[in-house]
Amino acid sequence: MPEISRDEVAHLADLARIDLTAEELDHLAPQLSVILESVASISGVAGADVPPTSHALPLTNVFRDDVVTPSLTPEQALSGAPEVESQRFSVPRILGDEQ
Amino acid sequence: MAAALDAGETTSVALTQAHLDRISAVDGAVHAFLHVDAEGALAQAAASDARRSAGQVASPLDGVPIAVKDVLATDGLPTTCGSKILEGWVPPYDATVVRRLRAAGLPILGKTNMDEFAMGSSTEHSAYGPTHNPWDLGRIPGGSGGGSAAAVSAYEAPLALGTDTGGSIRQPAAVTGSVGVKPTYGGVSRYGLVALANSLDQVGPVTRTVLDSAILHELIGGHDPLDSTSIDAPVGGLVAAARQGAQGDLSGVRIGVITELSGDGWQDGVMARFTEAVDALVGAGAEVVEVSCPHFVHALATYYLILPAEASSNLAKFDAMRYGLRVWPEGDAPSAEEVMKATREAGFGDEVKRRIILGTYALSSGYYDAYYGTAQKVRTLISRDFEAAFEQADVLLSPTAPTTAFPLGAKLDDPLAMYLNDLATIPANLAGVPGISVPSGLADEDGLPAGLQILAPALADDRCYRVGAAAEALLAEQWGGLLLDRAPSLDGGADGEAVSA
Repeated sequence: MPEISRDEVAHLADLARIDLTAEELDHLAPQLSVILESVASISGVAGADVPPTSHALPLTNVFRDDVVTPSLTPEQALSGAPEVESQRFSVPRILGDEQ
Repeated sequence: MAAALDAGETTSVALTQAHLDRISAVDGAVHAFLHVDAEGALAQAAASDARRSAGQVASPLDGVPIAVKDVLATDGLPTTCGSKILEGWVPPYDATVVRRLRAAGLPILGKTNMDEFAMGSSTEHSAYGPTHNPWDLGRIPGGSGGGSAAAVSAYEAPLALGTDTGGSIRQPAAVTGSVGVKPTYGGVSRYGLVALANSLDQVGPVTRTVLDSAILHELIGGHDPLDSTSIDAPVGGLVAAARQGAQGDLSGVRIGVITELSGDGWQDGVMARFTEAVDALVGAGAEVVEVSCPHFVHALATYYLILPAEASSNLAKFDAMRYGLRVWPEGDAPSAEEVMKATREAGFGDEVKRRIILGTYALSSGYYDAYYGTAQKVRTLISRDFEAAFEQADVLLSPTAPTTAFPLGAKLDDPLAMYLNDLATIPANLAGVPGISVPSGLADEDGLPAGLQILAPALADDRCYRVGAAAEALLAEQWGGLLLDRAPSLDGGADGEAVSA
C-alpha cells in the first residue's frame, strides 16, 4: 500500500513552493495516504499495449500566421502586478546569499 | 423572457432591476454571488433597450441578464476563482465566452461563487464562504459551480455560465433542480477560463430549461482562434433539437442505461426518479438497452491522478510576481522563492494544497509511470468503453449524482467521500463527450432534487438536447409544471413560477 510520510509531504510542498505549517503537514500526510491508496487501485488495469491518452481530441499543433494582432498595452499587462517599477514587474531578489 | 422583450411587455432594464432586487432580497441567505455589478448590468440593459427600440436586436437573448462563474475573466470586474490568492484581481480582458455574451447583449449581473479554483463538489472550498442550496439552506448546492446553479434555482438570475472539469456544471444542476450542460470538449472556447485541468475543462450553460441552455450554448459555442483546442466546426442545430425533443416523440432513438453507474452507494430515491425518467422516455417511443462500461469503475481514480497533475502545473503561475497576492515572509530581504512559498501558503486553501501536492507526487520521477502514465492508459480504456457503448445506443443515461444534496460540512474532512459525488460525471470529461443534467424529480427520503444525466458522442451535443428536452417535457406533464416551480420561495412569499429565459 502506498503511503506518504510527513517528511515526503514536506519535500513535495517544497517542490511545489508552498510553506506548509506543522499542523498542515500533520493532517495532510494521512489524508494524502488515503487518497493515494484509493487511486493506486488502477495499477494493473491497463496492459502494456494500451496507448496513453493525454487529450480527448486528436490534436495536432495549431499555428497562426506570424502577424501582429492587437494585444494588451503595457499598462494593462501590469495592472494586476503586486509591484511595478519603470514599466516592469518588480520582484524580490532572485539569487540566494551564497550566489 | 426573451419573448416578453420581443412583445414589448417588459424592458431589459426592468428585467435586470427585478433580478438585482431578488439578489438583494435573498443572496444574504444563499450567497450565490461573490460580486454584483448593478451599475454595469443596468447600463448594458439600457443599451439593449435602445437597440431594441431601434430594431437592432443583437441576439435571441439580447437584454436577458446572466450570471458568470468567477473562474471566467471579465474585463473590469473582479475575478477571484474563489481564492484569496486572486482577491481584488481585475482582469484587463474578457474571456471569449464573456465577450460573446456582451456582443449578444446579455447584461452581466455579477460573478458567482465556486470552490477555490473549481476544486470541489460542494462550494464549501470557496475562500469566501459556502453557497447555500435554495431548496434547503443547510445543504450544499453542489460544486464547484454551486454559485451559478444556486443563482439560477433561486431566481436570482435566469441564466448562468459554469465550467465543468469533472461535473462542476452537471452535479450542481442535479442537486438544485436546474439544467446544466457540459458541451463536447473543444466546442466552447476556454480562452480566459482560469484553467484547472486543461484537457478536461469545458464552459457551458446553467439554466432553468433545456431550451434556454440550447440557445445560450449556440451563443457561446463555436471556433475561437485564441483557444488552440477549440474545434473548427460550426455549432448549430441545438435549439432545433431541443424544440424537436419537447414534442415528446423519441421514436427510433436508442437509449443505453449504464450498468456500472448504479448499485451500492446510490440513494434509493435518486434511483427511483431515474427509473421513472427512463420509463417516460420509453413511453415516448425510445428503445432502451443496458450497456456495460467496465472501466468506468476506474474513472474516479484516473481522474484524481490526471486532474491534480494538470492542476499542480497550472497553478504554478500563482507565483506572487505578476498578479495576485504577494506575501513577504519574515526576515531580511527574502528571496523570490521564499516570497512565493509564503504567498502560496497564505493564498491557497486546504483542498488546493492537497491537490497540488498530490499532483506533484504523481508527476515525480519514479512515480510518473506508475501513476500519471497508468492513468493516461486507463483514460484510453474509458474512451473505448464509450465508443463501444455508442455503437449500441445513441445516448447513454445515468443519474447525474449518486445522492441528493448533503448537509454543509458533512464531507469536509473526508476528501475521498467528497470525490465520490462526481462518480457519474467524470467519465464524460475524460473522454471529451457532451452531457446534460435535467431534473428527474424529488427523492422520497428528503424531498430534494435529483438529476438525470444524458451523454452523447463527441460533437453530437444535439442528442443531449433532444432527449433532455423530451425528458423535461414528459416529466413536467406528469408533475404539472417544472420542478423549480416547487422550490421554496426564500423570501416568505408564495412559491415562484418558473419562467424560462
